[in-house]
Amino acid sequence: MRKLLFESVFRQPLTERAPSPDDAAVAELATALGQAGRRRLGRSLSIREVDAGSCNGCELEIHALNNAYYDVERFGLRFVASPRHADVLMVTGPVTKNMREALERTYHATPNPKWVVAVGDCARNGGCFAGSYAVVGGVCEVIPVDLHIPGCPPAPTAMLQGLLALLERADTGAVTS
Amino acid sequence: MPSLIDLTLEGRKVGQHGPWPRVVVDASVWTFAASELAHGRWSLLGLWGEPAAVHMAIMDGPSAEIAVVSLDCPDRTFPSVGKHHPPALRLERTVNDLFGLFAQGSPDARPWLDHNRWGVRFPLGDRIDALPQATPYRFLAAEGDGLHQIAVGPVHAGIIEPGHFRFTASGETVVRLEQRLGYVHKGIDGLMTGASLARGVQLAGRTSGDSTVAYAYAFSRAAEAALDLVVPDRAVFLRALLAELERLANHLGDFGAICNDASFTLMHAHCGVLRESVLRAAGAAFGHRLMRDIIVPGGVSRDIGSGGAETIQATLENIRLRFPALVELYDNTASLQDRTVDTGTLKPPLAQQYAAGGYVGRASGRSFDARRTLAYPPYDALRFDVPVLSEGDVNARVWIRIREVEQSMSLIDQILSRLPEGPICKDVPLGGEVREGMAIVEGFRGDVLVWLRLRNGLIERCHMRDPSWFQWPLLEAVIENNIVADFPLCNKSFNCSYSGHDL
Repeated sequence: MRKLLFESVFRQPLTERAPSPDDAAVAELATALGQAGRRRLGRSLSIREVDAGSCNGCELEIHALNNAYYDVERFGLRFVASPRHADVLMVTGPVTKNMREALERTYHATPNPKWVVAVGDCARNGGCFAGSYAVVGGVCEVIPVDLHIPGCPPAPTAMLQGLLALLERADTGAVTS
Repeated sequence: MPSLIDLTLEGRKVGQHGPWPRVVVDASVWTFAASELAHGRWSLLGLWGEPAAVHMAIMDGPSAEIAVVSLDCPDRTFPSVGKHHPPALRLERTVNDLFGLFAQGSPDARPWLDHNRWGVRFPLGDRIDALPQATPYRFLAAEGDGLHQIAVGPVHAGIIEPGHFRFTASGETVVRLEQRLGYVHKGIDGLMTGASLARGVQLAGRTSGDSTVAYAYAFSRAAEAALDLVVPDRAVFLRALLAELERLANHLGDFGAICNDASFTLMHAHCGVLRESVLRAAGAAFGHRLMRDIIVPGGVSRDIGSGGAETIQATLENIRLRFPALVELYDNTASLQDRTVDTGTLKPPLAQQYAAGGYVGRASGRSFDARRTLAYPPYDALRFDVPVLSEGDVNARVWIRIREVEQSMSLIDQILSRLPEGPICKDVPLGGEVREGMAIVEGFRGDVLVWLRLRNGLIERCHMRDPSWFQWPLLEAVIENNIVADFPLCNKSFNCSYSGHDL
C-alpha cells in the first residue's frame, strides 16, 4: 500500500479541467434560482440522488462524477446520504407509480431553498417508457424541476456542465425572487 | 430417471420455436416437472405468463439440454411450482400480479410487483380496477426476545436503485432479512407487446443499464433464433467484444466498490480510474460509454471506429500494468480480509437449488457460464477459463471477479487479433406468421434469458429474465447470522439489479 500511495504523490493528477457551464442549462436556470440560494449556501451544494425508476444507467454515470477524473467535490458539490442534508435533488428515471410517493416524500423532506435536477431523457418525459400503465412520466409531473440534463445516460461531463451552471447561478444569484 | 427429452416427448411440440424445443403439456406433466426441479435433477431458468398460459424454461444440468414447457390456463389457475421448488415463488407472484393467473397451492400468495399503485390489477391480463385502498404488505414474522426491526428504503443512502429491506435483528446480528422489490417496475413486458424489433431492442437495452449490452445481445439472439437468421461473422465477434468490455468495466468498478463498503476507499479510487479508462475506450471505439444501442437484431449498428482497436489495446495494457498491484493489496490487507473472508457465505447446495448464475453461483461451486456451457458463437472458438470456487463468501465472489477480469482481457485480445472483415449487419426478414425464439447470454452478473414470440414481424410477447431473480432470495439467506454492518458488503458482492428484476 505504501508503494501505491508513494507513487500517487509523484504522478500527475488525473483530474481534468472543468468544462464551461452549459449555455442551455444557464438559460433554464436563469428563471429558477435567486438571491436566497447565494446568501445561504455560498459556493457549496449538497446533492441527494433519487432513483425514481431508472434503468440504473444514469446512476453509473453519476457515480463516475466522483472518480478522480471528474472529482466533483472540488467544486463544492457533495453527495449526501439524506434529503434532510441536501440542497439539490438529482432525480433519475421515468417516475414509476410505485416510486411516486417516495419521491414526493423525499422532496418534502428536503429543506428550502432547494432545487431539483432531472437527469437523463427518461426524467424529462418518461423517455421510452412513457405511456406505460406503471409509469407516471417525467419528474416534473410529480415535483417542480429547475434543470434538465439530457442524455441516455448523460456523460459525466454533461452532468458537470449542468451542475456548474447551477452553482454559478446560486453564486451570482442574478435574477428574480 | 427420465431425461428432459422424455418430457418433451410427452407434450405437443410447438412448431416455430428455436433453438430449443417448446412443448405444451397437461397439468400432470407440469407438476411432474416441478417435482423433478424440487429433487434437483433439473434447474429452473425462468417462469413467465401470458394472458392464458404459463411457461417454464428448464435445464437438465449435466447435459445442458434446455426446453420450455407450457401449460394452458383456461380457468386462470395453474399448479404451483413454488410449492415444490421455492425459487419459482416470486416468479409466480409476478405472473399473478401481471396476468391474474393464480398459482394453486402456492405457500405465498402475497403480491410482488403490484403495490396497488397502477390504477389497475392484472395489467397484461383481463384488467380490473385496483383495490380502493392498498392493504399493508405483510412481512414474514420473526419472533423472539429482544428482536427489533430495521426498515431501509426504498430510497437508500447511496447512489443506488430503490428497494425496501426489512431487517429483524437481535442486537448486531441479523436474524432475518426480507426484501420488498418492485419499486422500479416500468411495465416493460407490456411496452414490448405490439412493438417492432427496433423498439424492442431499445427497451431491452434499457432494462438494466449496467447490462445494456447483455440485454441487447440476448434480445437480438432470441429474435434471430425465431427468424433463423445468421448474423455476419464480423458482427458475431464485435458483439463479444462489446460484452467483454461491459464485463470488464463492471467487474473493475465493483471490485473497488466492495472494498469501499469495508471503508477501504483507496481501492475504490484506483478501480474507479480503471473503470473510467474502459468506458472511455468504449466511447472512443463505439461512440457510447456504456455501448448502448449498438447490438441490434441482424448484427451491430456501428462498426468499431478508426483507432478504436488501438485505444482498447492501450487501455488493456495500462490495466495489466496497474491491476496486479491492486489485487496484491487486496490479498495482503488483513483489515480488509477480516471483513470479506467468511462473511455472507452462500452454501453450494443453495446456489445449486436456485441455479444461481454469474459470480454468485461460481463462487459457490456452480460452474455454469452460458459462454462455456451453451457455447454460443464466437465463444465456441475462443480460449478462456471459467473460474469456480466453493467457499461462497464475499471473498470468493471478489476472487471470481478478479479472475474474470483477467479472462475478459484475454478474450478481448483474442477477438481483436482475429476480427473478421466483412459486413456488420443483415436485413431482418419479417418471417412467417408466428415465430418464437429464446436466447441465454452471459452478462457480467449472470445469465440473461430472453424469450419472445413474433407475429408478422412485430413482438406479440417478450419476456426477459434477469439473473437477479435467482440471486436476490439468496442474499436473504446469506445475511442471516451476519452483523448488520456487513450487509452493504454482502449486498455489493451480489450486486443484484433492481431494474432488471422489477422490469
